[in-house]
Amino acid sequence: MMNRFSNPVLMKELKLRFRAFKSFSGLMFYLAVLCIFVVGFLMIYTQFSGTAFFRPSDSFTMFSVLSVLQMALVMFITPGLTAGAISTEREKQTLNILLTTTQSSTQIIVGKLVSSVVFLILMLVAGLPLYSLVFLFGGVSPSQYVTIFLFYLVTLIAIGSIGIMFSTITKKTIVSMIATYGAMIFLGGITAFFFFIGVSMDQMATGYAGTQNLMPFSPITYFWVSINPGALMLSILYPEITNTIDSLVGISFPIWVVYLIFYLLITVGCLAIAIRKLRANMKTNR
Amino acid sequence: MMIEIQGLTKKYGSFTALDNLNLSLDEGVVFGFVGANGAGKSTTFSILATLLSPTSGDAFINGKSVVREPKEVRKQLGYMPDFFGVYDQLKADEYLDFYGASYGISYSERQVLIPQLLELVNLTHKRYEYVDLLSRGMKQRLCLARSLIHDPKVLILDEPASGLDPRARVEMRDILKHLKSMGKTILISSHILPELAEMCDEIGVIDNGKLIAHGNVQTIQEQLQGEKRIIVKVVHQLEKARVFFEENPHISSIEVADEKGEIAFNYRGTTEDQVNLLRKAMLADIPIYSLTEEEKDLEDVFMAITKGADVK
Ligand SMILES: Nc1ncnc2c1ncn2[C@@H]1O[C@H](COP(=O)(O)OP(=O)(O)O)[C@@H](O)[C@H]1O
Ligand SMILES: [Mg+2]
Repeated sequence: MMNRFSNPVLMKELKLRFRAFKSFSGLMFYLAVLCIFVVGFLMIYTQFSGTAFFRPSDSFTMFSVLSVLQMALVMFITPGLTAGAISTEREKQTLNILLTTTQSSTQIIVGKLVSSVVFLILMLVAGLPLYSLVFLFGGVSPSQYVTIFLFYLVTLIAIGSIGIMFSTITKKTIVSMIATYGAMIFLGGITAFFFFIGVSMDQMATGYAGTQNLMPFSPITYFWVSINPGALMLSILYPEITNTIDSLVGISFPIWVVYLIFYLLITVGCLAIAIRKLRANMKTNR
Repeated sequence: MMIEIQGLTKKYGSFTALDNLNLSLDEGVVFGFVGANGAGKSTTFSILATLLSPTSGDAFINGKSVVREPKEVRKQLGYMPDFFGVYDQLKADEYLDFYGASYGISYSERQVLIPQLLELVNLTHKRYEYVDLLSRGMKQRLCLARSLIHDPKVLILDEPASGLDPRARVEMRDILKHLKSMGKTILISSHILPELAEMCDEIGVIDNGKLIAHGNVQTIQEQLQGEKRIIVKVVHQLEKARVFFEENPHISSIEVADEKGEIAFNYRGTTEDQVNLLRKAMLADIPIYSLTEEEKDLEDVFMAITKGADVK
Protein backbone atom coordinates (compact mmCIF):
# COMPACT_ATOMS: atom_id res chain seq x y z
CA MET A 1 0.00 0.00 0.00
CA MET A 2 1.18 3.49 -0.86
CA ASN A 3 1.45 5.58 2.24
CA ARG A 4 0.05 9.00 1.42
CA PHE A 5 2.69 10.82 3.40
CA SER A 6 5.75 8.85 2.54
CA ASN A 7 7.95 10.63 0.08
CA PRO A 8 10.82 8.58 -1.38
CA VAL A 9 12.33 11.57 -3.20
CA LEU A 10 12.44 13.55 0.02
CA MET A 11 14.10 10.70 1.94
CA LYS A 12 16.65 10.10 -0.78
CA GLU A 13 17.46 13.79 -1.21
CA LEU A 14 18.00 14.21 2.51
CA LYS A 15 20.21 11.16 2.61
CA LEU A 16 22.29 12.43 -0.30
CA ARG A 17 22.39 15.96 1.01
CA PHE A 18 23.72 14.99 4.39
CA ARG A 19 26.19 12.64 2.80
CA ALA A 20 27.58 15.14 0.35
CA PHE A 21 30.71 17.01 1.35
CA LYS A 22 29.36 19.98 -0.61
CA SER A 23 26.49 20.43 1.85
CA PHE A 24 28.79 20.12 4.81
CA SER A 25 31.23 22.65 3.42
CA GLY A 26 28.34 24.95 2.55
CA LEU A 27 27.12 24.80 6.11
CA MET A 28 30.61 25.46 7.42
CA PHE A 29 31.06 28.42 5.11
CA TYR A 30 27.78 29.86 6.30
CA LEU A 31 28.62 29.44 9.96
CA ALA A 32 32.11 30.82 9.41
CA VAL A 33 30.69 33.99 7.85
CA LEU A 34 28.32 34.45 10.77
CA CYS A 35 31.03 33.77 13.35
CA ILE A 36 33.53 36.13 11.80
CA PHE A 37 30.88 38.77 11.73
CA VAL A 38 29.81 38.32 15.35
CA VAL A 39 33.35 38.26 16.68
CA GLY A 40 34.28 41.30 14.62
CA PHE A 41 31.21 43.12 15.80
CA LEU A 42 31.91 42.37 19.44
CA MET A 43 35.50 43.50 19.15
CA ILE A 44 34.70 46.75 17.39
CA TYR A 45 31.90 47.66 19.76
CA THR A 46 33.77 46.94 22.94
CA GLN A 47 36.69 48.97 21.61
CA PHE A 48 34.62 51.99 20.60
CA SER A 49 32.56 52.21 23.74
CA GLY A 50 35.74 51.98 25.76
CA THR A 51 34.08 49.71 28.24
CA ALA A 52 33.98 45.98 28.41
CA PHE A 53 30.21 46.20 28.42
CA PHE A 54 27.93 45.46 25.62
CA ARG A 55 24.77 47.51 26.01
CA PRO A 56 21.33 46.18 25.08
CA SER A 57 21.09 48.72 22.25
CA ASP A 58 24.38 47.44 20.82
CA SER A 59 23.02 43.96 21.17
CA PHE A 60 19.98 44.99 19.19
CA THR A 61 22.12 46.47 16.45
CA MET A 62 24.01 43.23 16.29
CA PHE A 63 20.76 41.32 16.10
CA SER A 64 19.58 43.50 13.22
CA VAL A 65 22.74 43.16 11.22
CA LEU A 66 22.92 39.45 11.97
CA SER A 67 19.37 39.02 10.76
CA VAL A 68 19.98 40.92 7.54
CA LEU A 69 23.18 38.99 6.97
CA GLN A 70 21.42 35.70 7.53
CA MET A 71 18.66 36.75 5.18
CA ALA A 72 21.19 37.61 2.50
CA LEU A 73 22.92 34.26 2.94
CA VAL A 74 19.65 32.37 2.80
CA MET A 75 18.63 34.24 -0.33
CA PHE A 76 22.00 33.48 -1.83
CA ILE A 77 21.99 29.78 -0.96
CA THR A 78 18.35 28.86 -1.68
CA PRO A 79 18.58 29.23 -5.47
CA GLY A 80 21.75 27.15 -5.46
CA LEU A 81 19.93 24.37 -3.63
CA THR A 82 16.78 24.36 -5.70
CA ALA A 83 17.54 25.66 -9.19
CA GLY A 84 19.13 22.35 -10.11
CA ALA A 85 16.56 20.10 -8.49
CA ILE A 86 14.99 18.74 -11.67
CA SER A 87 17.41 19.91 -14.35
CA THR A 88 20.31 18.07 -12.72
CA GLU A 89 18.31 14.86 -12.86
CA ARG A 90 17.61 15.58 -16.50
CA GLU A 91 21.28 16.22 -17.21
CA LYS A 92 22.36 13.12 -15.35
CA GLN A 93 19.69 11.12 -17.17
CA THR A 94 18.01 9.92 -14.02
CA LEU A 95 14.80 11.85 -14.58
CA ASN A 96 13.23 9.49 -17.11
CA ILE A 97 13.52 6.55 -14.78
CA LEU A 98 12.09 8.57 -11.92
CA LEU A 99 9.14 9.57 -14.07
CA THR A 100 8.31 5.96 -14.92
CA THR A 101 7.82 5.12 -11.25
CA THR A 102 4.37 5.42 -9.75
CA GLN A 103 5.23 8.58 -7.83
CA SER A 104 3.02 11.50 -8.75
CA SER A 105 4.49 14.71 -10.13
CA THR A 106 3.30 16.46 -6.99
CA GLN A 107 5.17 14.01 -4.77
CA ILE A 108 8.37 14.49 -6.72
CA ILE A 109 8.22 18.29 -6.77
CA VAL A 110 7.19 18.59 -3.14
CA GLY A 111 9.90 16.11 -2.14
CA LYS A 112 12.51 18.22 -3.91
CA LEU A 113 11.28 21.44 -2.31
CA VAL A 114 10.93 20.10 1.22
CA SER A 115 14.38 18.52 1.18
CA SER A 116 15.90 21.90 0.34
CA VAL A 117 13.77 23.68 2.90
CA VAL A 118 14.77 21.20 5.60
CA PHE A 119 18.42 21.81 4.82
CA LEU A 120 17.95 25.57 4.96
CA ILE A 121 16.12 25.32 8.26
CA LEU A 122 19.01 23.29 9.55
CA MET A 123 21.31 26.11 8.52
CA LEU A 124 19.21 28.65 10.33
CA VAL A 125 19.08 26.47 13.41
CA ALA A 126 22.83 25.99 13.26
CA GLY A 127 23.14 29.75 13.48
CA LEU A 128 20.99 29.87 16.59
CA PRO A 129 23.87 29.60 19.11
CA LEU A 130 25.17 32.91 17.75
CA TYR A 131 21.79 34.43 18.40
CA SER A 132 21.86 33.15 21.94
CA LEU A 133 24.72 35.56 22.46
CA VAL A 134 22.36 38.35 21.46
CA PHE A 135 19.66 37.10 23.80
CA LEU A 136 22.26 36.88 26.55
CA PHE A 137 23.06 40.58 26.24
CA GLY A 138 19.40 41.51 26.06
CA GLY A 139 17.66 44.08 23.91
CA VAL A 140 15.87 41.54 21.77
CA SER A 141 12.88 39.43 22.63
CA PRO A 142 12.71 35.83 21.48
CA SER A 143 9.34 36.61 19.93
CA GLN A 144 11.11 39.02 17.60
CA TYR A 145 13.40 36.22 16.57
CA VAL A 146 10.42 33.93 15.98
CA THR A 147 8.83 36.56 13.74
CA ILE A 148 12.06 36.91 11.80
CA PHE A 149 12.32 33.13 11.52
CA LEU A 150 8.80 32.85 10.11
CA PHE A 151 9.69 35.59 7.67
CA TYR A 152 12.76 33.60 6.56
CA LEU A 153 10.63 30.52 6.15
CA VAL A 154 8.00 32.16 3.95
CA THR A 155 10.69 33.79 1.85
CA LEU A 156 12.90 30.77 1.38
CA ILE A 157 9.98 28.51 0.50
CA ALA A 158 8.91 31.03 -2.15
CA ILE A 159 12.42 31.38 -3.57
CA GLY A 160 12.82 27.61 -3.45
CA SER A 161 9.62 27.23 -5.43
CA ILE A 162 10.84 29.71 -8.01
CA GLY A 163 14.08 27.72 -8.29
CA ILE A 164 12.26 24.43 -8.72
CA MET A 165 9.93 25.91 -11.30
CA PHE A 166 12.82 27.20 -13.41
CA SER A 167 14.60 23.93 -12.92
CA THR A 168 11.59 22.10 -14.32
CA ILE A 169 10.87 24.32 -17.29
CA THR A 170 14.46 24.91 -18.43
CA LYS A 171 16.63 22.20 -19.91
CA LYS A 172 19.91 23.31 -18.37
CA THR A 173 20.78 23.88 -14.73
CA ILE A 174 22.91 26.89 -15.58
CA VAL A 175 19.96 28.64 -17.25
CA SER A 176 17.75 27.79 -14.33
CA MET A 177 20.34 29.19 -11.89
CA ILE A 178 20.60 32.44 -13.80
CA ALA A 179 16.83 32.80 -14.00
CA THR A 180 16.37 32.08 -10.29
CA TYR A 181 19.07 34.51 -9.21
CA GLY A 182 17.52 36.98 -11.62
CA ALA A 183 14.14 36.60 -9.96
CA MET A 184 15.80 37.08 -6.60
CA ILE A 185 17.60 40.22 -7.66
CA PHE A 186 14.27 41.48 -8.90
CA LEU A 187 12.51 40.78 -5.60
CA GLY A 188 15.35 41.98 -3.40
CA GLY A 189 16.76 44.85 -5.45
CA ILE A 190 14.67 46.00 -8.38
CA THR A 191 11.56 46.32 -6.23
CA ALA A 192 13.43 48.67 -3.88
CA PHE A 193 14.61 50.65 -6.89
CA PHE A 194 11.03 50.94 -8.19
CA PHE A 195 9.91 51.99 -4.75
CA PHE A 196 12.40 54.84 -4.60
CA ILE A 197 11.52 55.95 -8.11
CA GLY A 198 7.84 55.88 -7.19
CA VAL A 199 8.46 57.90 -4.04
CA SER A 200 10.56 60.53 -5.79
CA MET A 201 8.00 60.86 -8.55
CA ASP A 202 5.30 61.40 -5.95
CA GLN A 203 7.41 64.02 -4.25
CA MET A 204 7.97 65.82 -7.54
CA ALA A 205 4.23 65.74 -8.16
CA THR A 206 3.40 67.14 -4.73
CA GLY A 207 6.13 69.71 -5.23
CA TYR A 208 4.39 71.01 -8.35
CA ALA A 209 1.04 70.98 -6.65
CA GLY A 210 2.26 73.69 -4.34
CA THR A 211 2.84 73.83 -0.66
CA GLN A 212 -0.49 72.55 0.54
CA ASN A 213 -0.11 69.32 2.44
CA LEU A 214 -1.25 66.82 -0.17
CA MET A 215 -1.41 63.31 1.15
CA PRO A 216 0.17 61.01 -1.49
CA PHE A 217 -1.67 57.89 -2.53
CA SER A 218 0.35 55.44 -4.64
CA PRO A 219 -0.67 51.78 -4.39
CA ILE A 220 1.95 50.68 -6.94
CA THR A 221 4.79 52.19 -4.94
CA TYR A 222 3.27 50.60 -1.87
CA PHE A 223 3.19 47.26 -3.65
CA TRP A 224 6.89 47.47 -4.56
CA VAL A 225 7.93 48.17 -1.02
CA SER A 226 5.65 45.54 0.47
CA ILE A 227 7.10 42.70 -1.60
CA ASN A 228 10.68 43.68 -0.83
CA PRO A 229 12.21 41.30 1.72
CA GLY A 230 14.60 43.98 2.97
CA ALA A 231 11.79 46.41 3.66
CA LEU A 232 9.77 43.86 5.57
CA MET A 233 12.82 42.83 7.56
CA LEU A 234 13.48 46.44 8.55
CA SER A 235 9.86 46.93 9.48
CA ILE A 236 10.03 43.91 11.75
CA LEU A 237 13.22 45.17 13.38
CA TYR A 238 12.18 48.81 13.54
CA PRO A 239 8.35 48.97 13.61
CA GLU A 240 8.44 52.77 13.36
CA ILE A 241 9.53 52.39 9.71
CA THR A 242 5.96 51.42 8.95
CA ASN A 243 4.88 54.99 9.70
CA THR A 244 7.49 56.38 7.34
CA ILE A 245 6.26 54.12 4.56
CA ASP A 246 2.71 55.14 5.34
CA SER A 247 3.58 58.81 5.01
CA LEU A 248 5.37 58.17 1.73
CA VAL A 249 2.68 56.14 -0.04
CA GLY A 250 -0.46 57.04 1.87
CA ILE A 251 -1.45 53.47 2.69
CA SER A 252 -1.32 52.25 6.25
CA PHE A 253 -2.29 48.66 5.59
CA PRO A 254 0.43 46.46 7.19
CA ILE A 255 2.96 45.49 4.54
CA TRP A 256 3.55 42.07 6.03
CA VAL A 257 0.06 41.00 5.02
CA VAL A 258 0.70 41.93 1.39
CA TYR A 259 4.12 40.29 1.61
CA LEU A 260 2.68 37.08 3.01
CA ILE A 261 -0.08 36.88 0.40
CA PHE A 262 2.30 37.70 -2.46
CA TYR A 263 4.92 35.13 -1.47
CA LEU A 264 2.32 32.45 -0.80
CA LEU A 265 0.87 33.10 -4.25
CA ILE A 266 4.34 32.85 -5.78
CA THR A 267 4.90 29.57 -3.96
CA VAL A 268 1.61 28.06 -5.04
CA GLY A 269 1.91 29.37 -8.59
CA CYS A 270 5.48 28.16 -9.11
CA LEU A 271 4.79 24.75 -7.62
CA ALA A 272 1.68 24.37 -9.77
CA ILE A 273 3.67 25.19 -12.92
CA ALA A 274 6.47 22.83 -11.90
CA ILE A 275 4.04 19.99 -11.24
CA ARG A 276 2.29 20.54 -14.55
CA LYS A 277 5.50 20.80 -16.52
CA LEU A 278 7.39 17.93 -14.93
CA ARG A 279 5.93 15.42 -17.34
CA ALA A 280 5.92 17.96 -20.15
CA ASN A 281 6.09 15.33 -22.86
CA MET A 282 2.91 13.75 -21.58
CA LYS A 283 -0.35 15.50 -22.30
CA THR A 284 -2.10 14.03 -19.29
CA ASN A 285 -0.05 15.00 -16.31
CA ARG A 286 -0.78 12.57 -13.58
CA MET B 1 -3.10 -9.55 -25.36
CA MET B 2 -0.51 -8.15 -23.02
CA ILE B 3 0.51 -5.38 -25.38
CA GLU B 4 -1.67 -3.77 -27.97
CA ILE B 5 -0.33 -0.90 -30.04
CA GLN B 6 -2.93 0.79 -32.21
CA GLY B 7 -2.09 3.26 -34.94
CA LEU B 8 0.70 4.82 -32.93
CA THR B 9 2.04 7.96 -34.60
CA LYS B 10 4.55 10.45 -33.26
CA LYS B 11 5.53 13.65 -35.00
CA TYR B 12 8.30 15.98 -33.95
CA GLY B 13 7.17 19.12 -35.71
CA SER B 14 6.78 18.09 -39.30
CA PHE B 15 9.05 15.08 -38.94
CA THR B 16 7.22 11.78 -38.52
CA ALA B 17 9.27 9.60 -36.20
CA LEU B 18 6.57 6.93 -35.87
CA ASP B 19 4.06 6.25 -38.59
CA ASN B 20 0.87 4.37 -37.73
CA LEU B 21 2.46 1.53 -35.82
CA ASN B 22 0.28 -1.48 -35.02
CA LEU B 23 1.43 -4.41 -32.96
CA SER B 24 -0.05 -7.01 -30.62
CA LEU B 25 1.93 -9.22 -28.28
CA ASP B 26 0.77 -12.08 -26.11
CA GLU B 27 1.74 -12.54 -22.51
CA GLY B 28 5.12 -14.18 -22.03
CA VAL B 29 6.44 -13.30 -25.46
CA VAL B 30 9.97 -12.02 -25.91
CA PHE B 31 9.78 -9.47 -28.66
CA GLY B 32 12.83 -8.15 -30.45
CA PHE B 33 12.50 -4.71 -31.93
CA VAL B 34 15.06 -4.15 -34.64
CA GLY B 35 15.83 -1.07 -36.63
CA ALA B 36 18.72 1.13 -37.64
CA ASN B 37 19.61 4.15 -35.53
CA GLY B 38 16.87 6.73 -35.78
CA ALA B 39 14.27 4.22 -36.95
CA GLY B 40 11.95 5.03 -34.04
CA LYS B 41 12.60 2.28 -31.49
CA SER B 42 13.26 4.56 -28.54
CA THR B 43 10.34 6.75 -29.48
CA THR B 44 8.03 3.73 -29.40
CA PHE B 45 9.42 2.56 -26.08
CA SER B 46 9.18 6.05 -24.54
CA ILE B 47 5.52 6.18 -25.46
CA LEU B 48 4.93 2.75 -23.95
CA ALA B 49 6.79 3.83 -20.82
CA THR B 50 4.45 6.85 -20.47
CA LEU B 51 7.26 9.35 -20.97
CA LEU B 52 5.99 10.69 -24.24
CA SER B 53 2.53 11.33 -25.60
CA PRO B 54 1.79 9.97 -29.06
CA THR B 55 0.58 12.46 -31.65
CA SER B 56 -2.20 10.02 -32.40
CA GLY B 57 -3.06 6.41 -31.69
CA ASP B 58 -2.82 4.62 -28.39
CA ALA B 59 -1.14 1.67 -26.78
CA PHE B 60 -2.44 -0.67 -24.10
CA ILE B 61 -0.39 -2.52 -21.56
CA ASN B 62 -2.45 -5.30 -20.04
CA GLY B 63 -5.55 -3.39 -21.10
CA LYS B 64 -4.49 -0.03 -19.66
CA SER B 65 -4.09 2.91 -21.99
CA VAL B 66 -0.73 4.68 -21.89
CA VAL B 67 -2.47 7.92 -22.79
CA ARG B 68 -5.42 7.82 -20.41
CA GLU B 69 -4.19 5.69 -17.49
CA PRO B 70 -0.43 6.25 -17.34
CA LYS B 71 -0.27 5.57 -13.62
CA GLU B 72 -1.85 2.13 -14.07
CA VAL B 73 0.56 1.43 -16.90
CA ARG B 74 3.55 2.36 -14.73
CA LYS B 75 2.55 -0.28 -12.21
CA GLN B 76 2.72 -2.99 -14.88
CA LEU B 77 5.85 -1.89 -16.58
CA GLY B 78 9.57 -2.02 -15.99
CA TYR B 79 11.54 0.28 -18.25
CA MET B 80 15.23 0.54 -18.97
CA PRO B 81 16.16 3.50 -21.18
CA ASP B 82 18.93 3.36 -23.77
CA PHE B 83 20.86 6.02 -21.89
CA PHE B 84 20.50 6.42 -18.18
CA GLY B 85 22.43 7.73 -15.23
CA VAL B 86 22.68 6.72 -11.61
CA TYR B 87 22.78 8.89 -8.52
CA ASP B 88 26.29 9.21 -7.23
CA GLN B 89 26.61 8.90 -3.46
CA LEU B 90 24.11 6.03 -3.42
CA LYS B 91 25.07 2.43 -2.78
CA ALA B 92 23.62 -0.38 -4.85
CA ASP B 93 21.16 -1.47 -2.20
CA GLU B 94 20.12 2.13 -1.48
CA TYR B 95 19.62 2.64 -5.18
CA LEU B 96 17.18 -0.26 -5.33
CA ASP B 97 15.62 0.80 -2.06
CA PHE B 98 14.86 4.26 -3.41
CA TYR B 99 13.11 2.95 -6.49
CA GLY B 100 11.29 0.33 -4.45
CA ALA B 101 9.93 3.09 -2.25
CA SER B 102 9.08 5.05 -5.39
CA TYR B 103 6.76 2.24 -6.37
CA GLY B 104 5.16 2.27 -2.95
CA ILE B 105 6.75 -0.97 -1.78
CA SER B 106 6.95 -1.16 2.00
CA TYR B 107 10.26 -1.09 3.82
CA SER B 108 10.03 -4.68 5.05
CA GLU B 109 9.21 -5.97 1.57
CA ARG B 110 12.11 -4.03 0.12
CA GLN B 111 14.48 -5.62 2.59
CA VAL B 112 13.46 -9.02 1.27
CA LEU B 113 13.42 -8.03 -2.40
CA ILE B 114 16.74 -6.25 -2.67
CA PRO B 115 19.02 -9.24 -1.96
CA GLN B 116 16.92 -11.38 -4.30
CA LEU B 117 17.20 -8.90 -7.14
CA LEU B 118 20.92 -8.42 -6.61
CA GLU B 119 21.29 -12.18 -6.69
CA LEU B 120 19.30 -12.36 -9.91
CA VAL B 121 21.63 -9.94 -11.69
CA ASN B 122 24.81 -11.32 -10.07
CA LEU B 123 25.58 -8.21 -8.08
CA THR B 124 25.32 -9.57 -4.56
CA HIS B 125 28.99 -8.83 -4.00
CA LYS B 126 28.45 -5.18 -4.97
CA ARG B 127 25.59 -4.56 -2.58
CA TYR B 128 27.42 -1.93 -0.53
CA GLU B 129 29.36 -0.29 -3.36
CA TYR B 130 28.59 3.15 -4.69
CA VAL B 131 26.67 2.78 -7.93
CA ASP B 132 28.62 5.35 -9.89
CA LEU B 133 31.75 3.31 -9.33
CA LEU B 134 30.30 0.18 -10.94
CA SER B 135 31.29 -0.82 -14.47
CA ARG B 136 28.98 -0.12 -17.37
CA GLY B 137 27.81 -3.73 -17.52
CA MET B 138 27.13 -3.77 -13.80
CA LYS B 139 25.18 -0.52 -13.97
CA GLN B 140 23.18 -2.01 -16.79
CA ARG B 141 22.38 -5.07 -14.70
CA LEU B 142 21.58 -2.96 -11.66
CA CYS B 143 19.22 -0.89 -13.78
CA LEU B 144 17.61 -4.11 -14.93
CA ALA B 145 17.16 -5.19 -11.32
CA ARG B 146 15.69 -1.78 -10.61
CA SER B 147 13.17 -2.17 -13.43
CA LEU B 148 12.04 -5.43 -11.83
CA ILE B 149 11.55 -4.20 -8.31
CA HIS B 150 7.75 -3.82 -8.54
CA ASP B 151 7.43 -7.21 -10.25
CA PRO B 152 6.08 -5.80 -13.51
CA LYS B 153 4.37 -8.00 -16.06
CA VAL B 154 6.08 -6.23 -18.93
CA LEU B 155 9.72 -5.30 -19.33
CA ILE B 156 10.86 -2.74 -21.87
CA LEU B 157 14.58 -2.73 -22.49
CA ASP B 158 15.97 -0.17 -24.89
CA GLU B 159 19.24 -1.45 -26.36
CA PRO B 160 20.36 -3.17 -23.16
CA ALA B 161 23.38 -4.67 -24.85
CA SER B 162 24.77 -1.55 -26.45
CA GLY B 163 28.14 -0.54 -25.15
CA LEU B 164 28.71 -3.85 -23.39
CA ASP B 165 31.67 -6.11 -23.99
CA PRO B 166 30.91 -9.63 -25.26
CA ARG B 167 31.15 -11.16 -21.83
CA ALA B 168 28.71 -8.67 -20.34
CA ARG B 169 26.39 -9.32 -23.26
CA VAL B 170 26.34 -13.01 -22.52
CA GLU B 171 25.60 -12.29 -18.87
CA MET B 172 22.77 -9.98 -19.89
CA ARG B 173 21.37 -12.61 -22.22
CA ASP B 174 21.39 -15.26 -19.48
CA ILE B 175 19.48 -12.98 -17.16
CA LEU B 176 16.92 -12.27 -19.87
CA LYS B 177 16.46 -15.99 -20.45
CA HIS B 178 15.79 -16.37 -16.77
CA LEU B 179 13.23 -13.56 -16.86
CA LYS B 180 11.55 -15.16 -19.84
CA SER B 181 11.21 -18.36 -17.84
CA MET B 182 9.49 -16.29 -15.16
CA GLY B 183 6.78 -15.52 -17.70
CA LYS B 184 7.50 -11.85 -18.23
CA THR B 185 6.59 -10.21 -21.49
CA ILE B 186 9.80 -8.63 -22.68
CA LEU B 187 10.34 -6.02 -25.37
CA ILE B 188 13.93 -5.54 -26.27
CA SER B 189 15.39 -3.35 -28.96
CA SER B 190 18.61 -3.47 -30.86
CA HIS B 191 20.05 -2.23 -34.09
CA ILE B 192 21.68 -5.62 -34.57
CA LEU B 193 19.33 -8.35 -35.71
CA PRO B 194 21.41 -11.49 -35.02
CA GLU B 195 21.86 -10.30 -31.44
CA LEU B 196 18.13 -10.65 -30.91
CA ALA B 197 17.36 -13.56 -33.21
CA GLU B 198 18.56 -16.17 -30.78
CA MET B 199 16.57 -15.21 -27.73
CA CYS B 200 13.39 -13.71 -29.17
CA ASP B 201 10.11 -15.45 -29.96
CA GLU B 202 9.05 -12.67 -32.26
CA ILE B 203 10.86 -10.00 -34.15
CA GLY B 204 9.59 -6.70 -35.46
CA VAL B 205 11.59 -4.67 -37.90
CA ILE B 206 11.10 -0.93 -37.90
CA ASP B 207 12.40 1.39 -40.54
CA ASN B 208 11.77 5.12 -40.77
CA GLY B 209 8.98 4.86 -38.23
CA LYS B 210 7.14 2.06 -40.00
CA LEU B 211 6.90 -1.55 -38.91
CA ILE B 212 8.01 -3.33 -42.07
CA ALA B 213 8.00 -6.89 -40.81
CA HIS B 214 6.72 -8.83 -37.85
CA GLY B 215 6.73 -12.53 -36.99
CA ASN B 216 8.96 -15.26 -35.68
CA VAL B 217 12.59 -15.24 -36.68
CA GLN B 218 12.07 -17.58 -39.62
CA THR B 219 9.10 -15.71 -41.04
CA ILE B 220 10.99 -12.49 -40.75
CA GLN B 221 13.87 -13.93 -42.65
CA GLU B 222 11.59 -15.09 -45.43
CA GLN B 223 9.60 -11.86 -45.41
CA LEU B 224 12.68 -9.75 -45.53
CA GLN B 225 14.52 -11.92 -47.95
CA GLY B 226 11.67 -12.10 -50.47
CA GLU B 227 13.72 -14.02 -52.93
CA LYS B 228 16.39 -16.56 -52.28
CA ARG B 229 19.21 -18.00 -54.35
CA ILE B 230 18.86 -21.69 -55.10
CA ILE B 231 21.63 -23.85 -56.50
CA VAL B 232 20.71 -27.06 -58.30
CA LYS B 233 23.19 -29.72 -59.32
CA VAL B 234 22.38 -32.10 -62.12
CA VAL B 235 24.22 -35.18 -63.32
CA HIS B 236 23.83 -34.32 -67.03
CA GLN B 237 21.29 -32.72 -69.37
CA LEU B 238 22.25 -29.29 -68.15
CA GLU B 239 20.67 -27.57 -71.13
CA LYS B 240 17.35 -29.33 -70.63
CA ALA B 241 17.34 -28.30 -67.00
CA ARG B 242 18.06 -24.71 -67.91
CA VAL B 243 15.10 -24.57 -70.26
CA PHE B 244 12.89 -26.18 -67.66
CA PHE B 245 13.76 -23.64 -64.96
CA GLU B 246 13.56 -20.74 -67.34
CA GLU B 247 9.91 -21.53 -68.02
CA ASN B 248 9.01 -21.28 -64.32
CA PRO B 249 7.44 -17.90 -63.44
CA HIS B 250 9.02 -17.83 -59.94
CA ILE B 251 12.54 -17.99 -61.26
CA SER B 252 14.86 -15.29 -62.50
CA SER B 253 18.55 -14.54 -63.02
CA ILE B 254 19.56 -18.03 -64.09
CA GLU B 255 23.26 -18.74 -64.23
CA VAL B 256 24.74 -21.93 -65.57
CA ALA B 257 28.13 -23.25 -64.55
CA ASP B 258 28.88 -25.92 -67.17
CA GLU B 259 32.00 -27.36 -65.69
CA LYS B 260 30.41 -27.89 -62.28
CA GLY B 261 27.03 -29.02 -63.62
CA GLU B 262 25.37 -26.30 -61.56
CA ILE B 263 22.44 -24.07 -62.18
CA ALA B 264 21.85 -21.14 -59.85
CA PHE B 265 18.77 -18.95 -59.88
CA ASN B 266 16.80 -16.50 -57.80
CA TYR B 267 13.59 -17.95 -56.49
CA ARG B 268 10.58 -16.00 -55.31
CA GLY B 269 7.52 -17.91 -54.14
CA THR B 270 5.94 -19.86 -51.36
CA THR B 271 7.16 -23.15 -49.96
CA GLU B 272 4.31 -24.99 -51.76
CA ASP B 273 5.39 -23.49 -55.06
CA GLN B 274 8.84 -24.78 -54.34
CA VAL B 275 7.51 -28.30 -53.67
CA ASN B 276 5.58 -28.20 -56.96
CA LEU B 277 8.65 -27.04 -58.78
CA LEU B 278 10.66 -30.00 -57.50
CA ARG B 279 7.88 -32.44 -58.29
CA LYS B 280 7.65 -31.16 -61.87
CA ALA B 281 11.40 -31.38 -62.26
CA MET B 282 11.27 -35.07 -61.25
CA LEU B 283 8.39 -35.72 -63.68
CA ALA B 284 10.34 -34.01 -66.43
CA ASP B 285 13.16 -36.47 -65.78
CA ILE B 286 15.73 -33.90 -64.87
CA PRO B 287 18.46 -35.74 -62.96
CA ILE B 288 18.77 -33.43 -59.97
CA TYR B 289 21.00 -34.81 -57.27
CA SER B 290 21.36 -31.80 -55.08
CA LEU B 291 19.45 -28.64 -54.29
CA THR B 292 20.74 -26.06 -51.87
CA GLU B 293 19.55 -22.67 -50.71
CA GLU B 294 22.31 -20.18 -50.48
CA GLU B 295 22.44 -19.08 -46.85
CA LYS B 296 21.98 -15.38 -46.58
CA ASP B 297 23.27 -13.90 -43.39
CA LEU B 298 20.54 -12.33 -41.25
CA GLU B 299 22.71 -9.31 -41.01
CA ASP B 300 22.96 -8.99 -44.80
CA VAL B 301 19.20 -9.26 -45.06
CA PHE B 302 18.72 -6.64 -42.45
CA MET B 303 21.26 -4.34 -44.05
CA ALA B 304 19.59 -4.76 -47.41
CA ILE B 305 16.14 -3.94 -46.14
CA THR B 306 17.05 -0.98 -43.97
CA LYS B 307 19.66 0.56 -46.19
CA GLY B 308 19.33 4.28 -46.46
CA ALA B 309 18.01 4.64 -42.93
CA ASP B 310 21.41 5.59 -41.63
CA VAL B 311 22.31 7.96 -44.39
CA LYS B 312 20.00 10.88 -43.76
N1 LIG C 1 12.88 15.19 -29.19
C1 LIG C 1 13.03 14.99 -30.52
N2 LIG C 1 12.87 16.02 -31.37
C2 LIG C 1 13.00 15.84 -32.71
N3 LIG C 1 13.30 14.68 -33.29
C3 LIG C 1 13.48 13.61 -32.49
C4 LIG C 1 13.36 13.71 -31.08
N4 LIG C 1 13.59 12.49 -30.54
C5 LIG C 1 13.85 11.67 -31.58
N5 LIG C 1 13.79 12.34 -32.74
C6 LIG C 1 13.97 11.76 -34.08
O1 LIG C 1 13.07 10.70 -34.22
C7 LIG C 1 13.70 9.63 -34.91
C8 LIG C 1 13.56 8.35 -34.12
O2 LIG C 1 14.39 8.43 -33.00
P1 LIG C 1 14.55 7.22 -32.00
O3 LIG C 1 13.21 6.72 -31.63
O4 LIG C 1 15.43 7.67 -30.88
O5 LIG C 1 15.31 6.14 -32.88
P2 LIG C 1 16.04 4.80 -32.45
O6 LIG C 1 15.84 4.59 -31.00
O7 LIG C 1 15.40 3.75 -33.29
O8 LIG C 1 17.48 4.95 -32.80
C9 LIG C 1 15.13 10.03 -35.17
O9 LIG C 1 15.25 10.44 -36.51
C10 LIG C 1 15.36 11.18 -34.25
O10 LIG C 1 16.24 12.09 -34.83
MG1 LIG D 1 17.30 4.47 -29.52
